[in-house]
Amino acid sequence: MRELSYAEAIREALGQAMEADERVFLFGEDVGVYGGAFGVSGDLVHRFGTERVIDTPISELGIAGVAVGAAITGMRPVLEIQFSDFVTLAMEQIVNQAAKIRFMFGGKATVPMVVRLPGGSGTGAAAQHSQSLEAWFAHVPGLKVIQPATPHDAKGMLLAALDDPNPVLIFEHKLLYKTKGPVPAEAYRVPIGKAAIRREGTDLTIVGTSLMSLKAEAAAARLAEEGISAEVIDLRTIRPIDFDTVAASVRKTGRLLVVYEGVKTMGIGAEISAMIAESDVFDFLDAPILRLGGADMPLPYNPQLEKAAVPQEDDIVAAARRLKREE
Amino acid sequence: MATGEAKAARSERANQRPELAALDDATLREALRRMHLIRKFEEEAENSYMRGLIHGTMHLSIGQEASAVGTCLPLEPQDYILSTHRGHGHCIAKGAQPGMMFAEFFGKETGYCRGRGGSMHIADVEGGNLGANGIVGGGLPIAAGVGLSIKMQKNGRVCIVFFGDGASNEGAFHEALNMASIWKLPVVFVCENNHYGMSMAIERASAVPNVADRAPAYAMPGITIDGNDLPLVAATAGEAIARARSGGGPTLIECKTYRIRGHSKSDRNLYRTKEEIDLWRSRCPIVRLEEELLGHDRFDRQALDAIEAAAAAEIAEAIEFAKASPDPDISELTRDVYAN
Ligand SMILES: Cc1ncc(C[n+]2csc(CCOP(=O)(O)OP(=O)(O)O)c2C)c(N)n1
Ligand SMILES: [Mg+2]
Repeated sequence: MRELSYAEAIREALGQAMEADERVFLFGEDVGVYGGAFGVSGDLVHRFGTERVIDTPISELGIAGVAVGAAITGMRPVLEIQFSDFVTLAMEQIVNQAAKIRFMFGGKATVPMVVRLPGGSGTGAAAQHSQSLEAWFAHVPGLKVIQPATPHDAKGMLLAALDDPNPVLIFEHKLLYKTKGPVPAEAYRVPIGKAAIRREGTDLTIVGTSLMSLKAEAAAARLAEEGISAEVIDLRTIRPIDFDTVAASVRKTGRLLVVYEGVKTMGIGAEISAMIAESDVFDFLDAPILRLGGADMPLPYNPQLEKAAVPQEDDIVAAARRLKREE
Repeated sequence: MATGEAKAARSERANQRPELAALDDATLREALRRMHLIRKFEEEAENSYMRGLIHGTMHLSIGQEASAVGTCLPLEPQDYILSTHRGHGHCIAKGAQPGMMFAEFFGKETGYCRGRGGSMHIADVEGGNLGANGIVGGGLPIAAGVGLSIKMQKNGRVCIVFFGDGASNEGAFHEALNMASIWKLPVVFVCENNHYGMSMAIERASAVPNVADRAPAYAMPGITIDGNDLPLVAATAGEAIARARSGGGPTLIECKTYRIRGHSKSDRNLYRTKEEIDLWRSRCPIVRLEEELLGHDRFDRQALDAIEAAAAAEIAEAIEFAKASPDPDISELTRDVYAN
């Protein structure tokens, strides 16, 4: 099949959505002729014009509000927050307004907006340009939060997000933009709320999000050489979480390792672990659950320090071995 | 061709100031009806609160009726408004039914938000009221989005966003005005300057004496007016709305007014004097309009009393509707968190 980069896949989805539905438009800081800080919007402004690919002032709170206002009055806005860290300036509109309007109004309004948020570390951008804040939003009822890890899912989940009548936040890891993979040419959907089993295994389950699911796959290949059979699940959506897929896997393997880049404390791993502990799946565990997450610190600049602050393939391999040894 | 009667009526209005002369009797009757509805709604809301029928808090707009009604008077039904925590007046001014509003305060299933929002989140989406807001300044950026949406859909509508003097110190205000201006959006920003945030006077909170002084920074017309003067508010809003509708871009209107009641139910009025409150009580926008109309023989006392009595009857009926309405079903607790 034809291969596209993750960034190209997103651009193709945006182009197809704008062709199919005149309500769809893209806006954000430098998404026009500049093509987006990470080149995602690319040439879209030349194809669709400045009325549908709109450069905005540097006003994150304001533009998040623009998305809300446009969404509740019949449009399908796609907002790019240049770096996901800057969403901290837009929290008000996303958390207090977008997430709650439907409920507060007794179901009499919908807020079909999509927010794209490039995040994650590994680019030497230091503490204010490298965070993984997705778990914050997964704590907010009314929002959906997705983290596609492959070009295929990036396209399919963005198109699914545009069909969704709720606010959907897409956290795109910056290191994924240049990764390549097969992407069908037609406009297809990958459902929100459905995890993907990337590799089947019997000894332990590794649940990863975004870039970490790719690292988990690489780690699983190495573990296989040592005779450890790891099942790898790419969570893909963190709200609503696909607990059924995780639970079925852990029932089978009896061991669980959760890997995510956001700070480990109070994160996605805690939630999944607690869901297991509260369910009958707990009885299937043969070993304590392990979590690998970001260190409890701001992300450092120095490349060695930066790597050490988030889980790496070696860490996953080591954790899996430890889990396997526990009887 | 104007009928002889209409011509006579117009020439009779020649000695009236233009803002008043521009309003025909039917429009004035409707304006008075809405102002009375708001006043009586607020009084009944307060009364119901005292009797324990409403929980939570509420922010009353007694004294501010002219800015809400005057601003909405030139709007078409399909136009939008965005409101604030002090939003009962805006809601009624845009044409909402007091019965469904009271039902919302009473937390009833028949309320505008099915009892899920209460006073601070009342919205009448079908009627073009896109919601009050619990967040000071929360509606301002949303208004820019509504304006952009109107422009992209080319549907000729206009969006009014109400906010307080306090909200003008939020970053949201500045971001929204800037975007509305660079994109020439059909938005009218209406600041109801009642001189205080919760307790902090605008002189202490703001670097400029008038909120409208900030308009030049965003290259839009800014005008400060007496917000208790209904014909003036209607004329000013009408002009801004017409400009917005014809593609001329946004306007900032500052209505100077005053809230007679405290900020919310917990206010003990420690930051202002009784004399000040009494001074503004004497500037009641309803009494003022009535006296002007009587002075020009536009209405007689009997006609004015009839308008007020009809409003009182409507409010009494609204309260009964709300009281008789059912509570939401607890089995539907998490309904509408998501749309399907
Ligand atoms: C972001 C935010 N900050 C503070 C508050 C608490 N609060 C509610 S209303 C209010 C005063 C608002 O003043 P103003 O904008 O002038 O409106 P007014 O109450 O005078 O109508 C405050 C401080 C809030 N609801 N939201
Ligand atoms: Mg105020």
